[in-house]
Amino acid sequence: MDSAAVWIVITGALVAASCALLGCFLVLRRLAMLGDAISHAVLPGIVIAFLMTSSTTSLPMVLGAAALGLLTAFLVETLSRGGVQGDAAIGVTFTSLFAFGVVLVSRYAAQKDLDLDCVLYGEIAYVPFDTIGPLPRAVVVNAVLLALNVIVVGLLYKEFKLCAFDPGMAAAVGIPVAAIHYLLMALVSVTTVGAFESVGAILVVAMLIVPSATAYLLTDRLGMMLALAAGLGAAASLGGYLMARWLGCSIAGAMATVSGLCFTVAFLFSPSHGVFTRLVAYQRLRRVVLEEDILLWAGRRSEGGEPAPFGIRELVRGIERLPNEVTLTAGRLLHTGLLARTGEEYRLTRLGVARAIELLRRHRIYESYLGELGYPVDHIHAPADRVEHHLTPTLTAAVDEAVHHPETDPQGKRIR
Amino acid sequence: MPHWMMERNVQWVLAGCVLLGISSGVLGSFALLRRRSLMGDALAHAALPGVCAAFLLTGTRSLGFFLVGATVAGLLGAFCIQAVTRHSRIKEDTALGLVLSVFFGFGIVLMTIIQHSPKANQAGLDKFIFGQAASLIEADVRAMAVCAALICVAAGLLFKEFKLLCFDSGFARGIGYSTMWLDGLLLLLIVLAVVVGLQAVGVVLMAAMLITPAAAARLWTDRLDRMVWLAGAFGAAAGALGTVLSAVELRMPTGPLIVLSATAVFVVSLFLAPRRGLVARALRLIQLRARVAREHALRHLYELAEASGRWEERVPLQELAAVWGEPVAVVRRQLTRLEQDGLTWHSGEHWGLSASGLQSAYEVVRNHRLWEMFLMHEGQLGADHVDRDADLIEHLLPPVIVRELERLLRVHGREPELPPSVHPLAGTGG
Repeated sequence: MDSAAVWIVITGALVAASCALLGCFLVLRRLAMLGDAISHAVLPGIVIAFLMTSSTTSLPMVLGAAALGLLTAFLVETLSRGGVQGDAAIGVTFTSLFAFGVVLVSRYAAQKDLDLDCVLYGEIAYVPFDTIGPLPRAVVVNAVLLALNVIVVGLLYKEFKLCAFDPGMAAAVGIPVAAIHYLLMALVSVTTVGAFESVGAILVVAMLIVPSATAYLLTDRLGMMLALAAGLGAAASLGGYLMARWLGCSIAGAMATVSGLCFTVAFLFSPSHGVFTRLVAYQRLRRVVLEEDILLWAGRRSEGGEPAPFGIRELVRGIERLPNEVTLTAGRLLHTGLLARTGEEYRLTRLGVARAIELLRRHRIYESYLGELGYPVDHIHAPADRVEHHLTPTLTAAVDEAVHHPETDPQGKRIR
Repeated sequence: MPHWMMERNVQWVLAGCVLLGISSGVLGSFALLRRRSLMGDALAHAALPGVCAAFLLTGTRSLGFFLVGATVAGLLGAFCIQAVTRHSRIKEDTALGLVLSVFFGFGIVLMTIIQHSPKANQAGLDKFIFGQAASLIEADVRAMAVCAALICVAAGLLFKEFKLLCFDSGFARGIGYSTMWLDGLLLLLIVLAVVVGLQAVGVVLMAAMLITPAAAARLWTDRLDRMVWLAGAFGAAAGALGTVLSAVELRMPTGPLIVLSATAVFVVSLFLAPRRGLVARALRLIQLRARVAREHALRHLYELAEASGRWEERVPLQELAAVWGEPVAVVRRQLTRLEQDGLTWHSGEHWGLSASGLQSAYEVVRNHRLWEMFLMHEGQLGADHVDRDADLIEHLLPPVIVRELERLLRVHGREPELPPSVHPLAGTGG
């Protein structure tokens, strides 16, 4: 990569990190759409600041945006207090302000070198050409904004955290929840300005929400979530740049697309919350339960004698499951050496008998425990049948201890 | 007729924008009540990649293909929102933001790819972001009319079903409607409305057309049928006003002007709507305050006379102000107002109740004390807490409930006693 490309990616990463830091709190406080609204609604603030100062210096724009951002938060709050439904209040406010901004741009900007397309999609590709000393201006501005966000969030970390997870308690311990809310909104507006030039008004929201939502699926700790979101945002900026170069398309759009892909991957494969991960875990549990049920059924039939042979049809009837999954599972048990087969007949191997005895012991110890709790004898089998698959050896030992090592279960069956 | 109205093109644009206003207003009412307002925003953004993909695949700029593309992309977006909220811990607002931004970003990617391809000139797809009403031609308007008619007919035929879905979806399920299909149909219609609006206001501001007229109509009425008519009318008015404004002032884009017109309608409604409007509410508050002040003045005058037992005598203004806890000027203004109604009279700075004033004051005081007693005995409140509560409630209390309370208190033998007056009071004991 040449140096221009490096600066573009750095700018994108700085924007993404700033946005992600705030986006996490938006996602946690369910304010994502308010963040979206603010990122649209700051447009007139920026345009007015630009028209008044006739320059693209950042300070007036930041102030204009912050003012409009706070105005948006205030209007939404006021409208929803005044009886307008919450989502409609957000919708009415931001579309009006944004439309006003677009009208301003199209009316005045032609004379003053303010390009609507540039405001909307950003021109991150031009970042390296507008420099302050050795550094591109956008890099300096966004680094300052990131530092501001890091300092504010760092200093007020405890307050932000409490407001995000339990605003009621935050208010009770004396944290000014409303002030924190408006501070967050002000930071979002200010950060939006920095992002405007690089990714544009519309895709700021992708930077605010998508990496944070991705991080939310990957961890349960706020500190980790902030770090992950910032990292994912920076990665999306790199990936987006590469994709844009490959396809020759908009860099900002590509960044949003790559963030979306990251989210999709996390949504499917997150170790703790992924859809696919949970599906795999569920299937694994299903398989284990079926295997254990077969062993238990065979073990009960062979109790006190030689392992009794059985046919697959008998087994299907005995454990009341679908024939083909039973056949499959029996095949797996053959493979692991817990069952043996001669012709059409299956029987437990010595290993299988040992395992079945262990499972029966778990089942009956848990039944004893339920009996101890006062469950009637005819009500203890079904719960034990479900819980037995989740009992670890240590837990079984602990339950055995609690019921004083019974010789038999409440139905009089021997515990070995 | 102004010269710009004569142009055939402007007439088509006007027709298109009015159709857009009607269809999105009507549909927006249901979306608003079903709390799907921002869903419209997300679906509008999600339509962009659909439109671009339709162009990439077919290579032609035809509304029919765009409609198919936008519908597919919109439904895919809606499906993603559902899937994300159902199968992960992500909440709906974040899911909306996710779909909105990622789909739109992908749309921009496709659009820039098209722009860099040789077919760029015929595409003009970037007009879909903010719309370009001025480019509407007869064929577009005909297609928009078909969509708008479809939307209105569907809304009319399924009015009862959508009404039930909006207000009590649990009950709708209970009596055998499939809320999934109804919601799906509502989404499909929203996508259709979005497609109608694409060329006029564009995907970014389409949300405004779905939300703002409906939110304005909601302020005027509590009846769904009226709300739907009103929202349609507001939408049409906004469409017409925006088009006219942009025709007069040629440099202004039509889409944002339509949105701002809708906002103007909303703001006017916010102030002027009966009952929910800010003006009506302020008036109600002022009336309530006036009644409270009037009753306070009467009560304090009555109680001062009651304490001294000299009903004919007038009380110094200073003393009254001290008891009431309000500045002298406020008290004097209130007493003067009462005097105009013939309830008080004065000589110099000394004020007293007239015969009819005493009658009114007696009723106020009795009402107040009834409540006081009731709260003390039935409400399990300490005596020192009673007065404040009684003050608030007595002014809001309808006479029907007061009569019921009186009856109850008489039954329990707790009717408060009032000292006999030197005036012959009609209707004593009420």
